[in-house]
Amino acid sequence: MPQRSEIKRMLNQVFEAILPILAVPVALIIGALILLLLRANPGVAFTALVQGAVGSTFSVTQTLVKATPLLLVGLGITIAFRGGVINIGGEGQIIVGALSATALALSFSQWPGAILLPLCLLVGTLSGALWGAVPGVLKARLGVNEILSTIMMNAIALQLSNYLLRGPMIDPAEIEAGTRIAQSALLPRQAWLPRLVPQTLLHAGSILALVMAVLVYIFLWRTTIGYRIRAVGLNAQAARYAGIPVPVYQALAITLGGAFAGLAGAVEVMGVQRRMLEGLSGGYGFSGIVAALFGNLHPLGTIPASVLFGGLLVGADKMQRAVQVPSAFVDTLMGLIVLFVVSSRIWAVRRARRRETYE
Amino acid sequence: MSNVFTIPVVLGIIYSGLRLATPYLYAAIGEAFAQNSGVYNLGVDGIMLMGAFSGFYVGMKTGNLWWGLLAAMGVGLLMGLLMAVVSVTLKAEQGISGIGLYMFGLGLSSLLFKKTMSGVESISGFQPVRIPLLGNIPYLGDVLFNHNLLVYGAFLLVPLASFILYKTPFGLMIRAVGQNPQAADTLGINVDRIRYITVSLGGMLAGIAGASLSISLINLFQENMTSGMGFIAIALVYFGSWRPLGILGGALLFSFVNALQLWLQVLGVNFPYDFAVMLPYAMTILALAISVRRAAMPDALGKPFERGEF
Repeated sequence: MPQRSEIKRMLNQVFEAILPILAVPVALIIGALILLLLRANPGVAFTALVQGAVGSTFSVTQTLVKATPLLLVGLGITIAFRGGVINIGGEGQIIVGALSATALALSFSQWPGAILLPLCLLVGTLSGALWGAVPGVLKARLGVNEILSTIMMNAIALQLSNYLLRGPMIDPAEIEAGTRIAQSALLPRQAWLPRLVPQTLLHAGSILALVMAVLVYIFLWRTTIGYRIRAVGLNAQAARYAGIPVPVYQALAITLGGAFAGLAGAVEVMGVQRRMLEGLSGGYGFSGIVAALFGNLHPLGTIPASVLFGGLLVGADKMQRAVQVPSAFVDTLMGLIVLFVVSSRIWAVRRARRRETYE
Repeated sequence: MSNVFTIPVVLGIIYSGLRLATPYLYAAIGEAFAQNSGVYNLGVDGIMLMGAFSGFYVGMKTGNLWWGLLAAMGVGLLMGLLMAVVSVTLKAEQGISGIGLYMFGLGLSSLLFKKTMSGVESISGFQPVRIPLLGNIPYLGDVLFNHNLLVYGAFLLVPLASFILYKTPFGLMIRAVGQNPQAADTLGINVDRIRYITVSLGGMLAGIAGASLSISLINLFQENMTSGMGFIAIALVYFGSWRPLGILGGALLFSFVNALQLWLQVLGVNFPYDFAVMLPYAMTILALAISVRRAAMPDALGKPFERGEF
C-alpha cells in the first residue's frame, strides 16, 4: 500500500526533524546548572536572554541581523556535510570573503553601484570558495583530513587579516589620527547593502540569504550535481560503484561550502559594518555549524535554526548585563547543543534499523 | 646574516624548542591512544583550555601547583569521559561531536575565567630542576637537563607510551580494537571498555597539556590561550603515523621551527610578525599533505562499533 508507506515516511521525517529540538531542553537544564554554579538566577538569566532577543522591534531586527551570516554559513555547512566532508573552515572563509569584498570596493570606489555591489558579493563568494577549495583539493588528491586543514586555514586567514588591517589596508584616517585601530576605510556608499527598516541594521542581505536557502534546497534535491553530492555523503562506496567520482564531489562540496561562508563575510561587511574590521567573523564559522546541525542539515530547516541562534547571540548581551554572566555562556551552551544533537541521532538510526528488520 | 646563529642563540633555540614541544607531546600522545583504539577526539583543544584554566585557578587558590595539576588531570579525564559517552556509547559522528566538545571547552573556560578573575594574572609556575651530574655538562647541561618536571614528563611519556602500545597485552588490545573491532570482540575483548579507557586517558593527558601551558611554561591564563595547539597536536598524530616515536619527531620539528621563528623576532630579523605566526599552521597543512600514509592509519578510526555488523 503506497499511501501507508508514504505516511510512515512522513512520520519518520517529522521524527527526525524534532529530534534536534529535544536537545534544547537538555542543554537548557545543564545551562541552568552552570548558571546556579555561577550563583546567577537561571530564571532571571533566561528571561533576560529572551527579552534581549525578541523584547523590542530593535532586538528582533538585531536577531535577524545575526541570523543572516548564520544562515549563509549554515547553508555552506549543509552542502559540505551532506557531501560527507566536515568543513570547520567557516571562520577563515568568512574573513577572506570580507577582506576581498572590502579591497575591491575600496579599489574601485568610482564605479557605479549597479556594477560594484554585485561584483563585491561575487568576489567575496569566490574567495571563500577558493579558501574552501584548498582543503578540498588536498583531501581529494592526497587524502588530507579536511577537519584539520580547514582549521589551519582559519588561523592563516586570521593572520592574513591582522597583517592587512594593520598594514596595507588600514584606514588612512586611523594613521592620521594616530589611533591605529585595525580596520579598513569606510566602503564607498554605493557598495552598501540597502537597509530594510530605518534606524536598524537590518539589511538586504537577509533577503539574499533567504533566497539562497531556497536555491540550495533546489540544488541539493532537484539537480544531478546536488543528488551526487548527497549520494557521496550517504554512502561513498555505493556512490563509487555507481560511477560517481567521489573525491571530485567531496572537493566540490567543500568548495561550495566555502563560497557561502565567503558570501556571508562580504554581506557582513557591506550590510552591517560597512568596513572590514578585526573580529568581523564573530565565531559565525562555528555557530553556523550549530545552526546547520540544528536545522537537520536541511537548507529550509536552517532558516528557523539560524533565527533561533541569532536570537541566542543577541540575548546573551542582555543577559550579560542583567545577571553578570559573560556571553561566553552561550558559546558553552552551543557546544553542548552540538554534542546532544549528534548524540541524539542514535535514536533515529535505531528506529530506521528496527523498521528494516520488521518490514 | 651568518653571524645571527652564534652558540648562545643555537642553545637558546634548543632550550625553547624543548619547552614548546611539551604541550604538543602530552596532547598528541594522549590522542594517539584514543586514535589507535579507533576513536578520534577533535575536542583536544577544548580540553587543553579547560586543563589550562583549572590548573591555573586551583594552583593559584591553593598555592600548590600540584593540586592545580591534579585538577587539570581530573577535568581532562571528565571531558574525555564525556567524549567517550558521546562517541562510543551513543555512537555519534566523531568529527562533529569533537567540534562540539571543543566549543564547549572554549566557551566554558572563557566563562569561568571572566567570572572568577578580574584580568590576566600571572603565577609562579613549576621551577626548573637541574638533574645532578648531567646538568653540569657544559652548554648542554643547561639546555637539556635544567627544565621543570612537566617538560621532563612529556619526554618520558614517549618511551612509556611506546612500551604500553607495543609491548604490553593492553597495548595489543588497544591496537586490535582500532584495527578490527569485530575480530577483537570475538576474541572476548570488550571493545567499548578499551575505547572508554583510551579516550579518557587521552583527555587526562590533554588536561596536563593545558596545565603545562598555564602553570609551567607561560604561567598565566587567558582566553583561547592555546590558539589551536590541540588541533596541531592531532595533526602530529597523523604526521607521526600513530606511533609515539613518530609523534616525538613531528613535535620536535614543529617546536624547533617555532622556536627559531621566536628567536628571529627577538633578534630583530626583519620578517612580518603575522607571517611568522602563520608559519606553524601552514607547516601543519604541508606536513599533513606530505606525510599521509593511509596504511598506518587504524582501520576502524572514526567508525563506531556495533556488534554483529560486518
